[in-house]
Amino acid sequence: MNLMSLFRRRDSAPVARERLQVLLAHERAFVGKSDLLAVLQEEIIAVIARHVTIERERVQIKLDRGDPISILEIDVEVPSAAAAAALREARPAMAS
Amino acid sequence: MATVLVVTSGKGGVGKTTSTAALGAALAQQGQHVVVVDFDVGLRNLDLVMGAERRVVFDLINVVQGDAKLPQALIRDKRIDTLSLLPASQTRDKEALTAEGVARVINELREKFDWVICDSPAGIERGATLAMRHADAAVVVTNPEVSSVRDSDRIIGMLDSKTAKAEKGERIEKHLLLTRYDPVRAARGEMLKTEDVLEILSIPLLGIIPESEDVLRASNLGTPVTIGSPNSVPAKAYAEAARRLRGETLVVTVPADRRGFMGRLFGRRAVA
Repeated sequence: MNLMSLFRRRDSAPVARERLQVLLAHERAFVGKSDLLAVLQEEIIAVIARHVTIERERVQIKLDRGDPISILEIDVEVPSAAAAAALREARPAMAS
Repeated sequence: MATVLVVTSGKGGVGKTTSTAALGAALAQQGQHVVVVDFDVGLRNLDLVMGAERRVVFDLINVVQGDAKLPQALIRDKRIDTLSLLPASQTRDKEALTAEGVARVINELREKFDWVICDSPAGIERGATLAMRHADAAVVVTNPEVSSVRDSDRIIGMLDSKTAKAEKGERIEKHLLLTRYDPVRAARGEMLKTEDVLEILSIPLLGIIPESEDVLRASNLGTPVTIGSPNSVPAKAYAEAARRLRGETLVVTVPADRRGFMGRLFGRRAVA
């Protein structure tokens, strides 16, 4: 017995309906703003970099679309003081 | 006053061309003057489904570019004399369709016919946007399946923003045509129900066309199902949809399977 046969036992149409409702609620809201996450990422990096020295690769942005709420997850790794100093040496522009 | 109707869906293979042919034929059978226009440049198929593939001389691109006059390109149906076809080009690409050229051809067609039915190509690109550009009303063809519903939602958004009517701040009339519907599977919870699709897309229902061998047979023969098997379940559903397009109020029923109780019992057994 594989995974598919397990699923087939339950009605799949209600699952389809629910997935569509959640998905479309978001797609309708974000039409024409498909690069929203990229824009957010750039602006968030810029704001944080004004105050703390960070590496842009160490900033992760994720959006988990859900109903009734979505979770925008921003994960910023802030280096220790010593590492930050080393970073400033290497790339003074980011720290300014 | 002519009505320009676009038959669209976003997703391919859901039944746009079949529905264009069947609705066009049904309207013509009801005495209306109808032209069906194939916008699928490079992948034309409406001619084949209408059974006119051997009669194509000039096409939409020829008319758009002024190489042929509209009456030269129109193919009059041999079975119903109020039905005509304007085929797409098979050899050119869709870049040859200009916005101005299409506008001119549509205006010319408006003067000759009651219904100008534009069969949109799949996708959301140039061909599809030009097909919907001058529409007064739209038939959104949807299968009860997640990817088709999602694409239909996207197309509905485009109908409300990218059409000439929408840009003038007017509303384009939208109708949902649910095709390849299987009432037995829907009742068993294996397929999205009509109510589910209606609730998600929230546009009025034009009709439900059941999955049927008559539809396949119709395209095999090149005879729209409303002409070839007028008493079949899908033909009746298309004929009723055509009457609703003309403004009649008819209750939409889930088309009953022609098989009787025993047939359905065996059908069910064969699937299980």
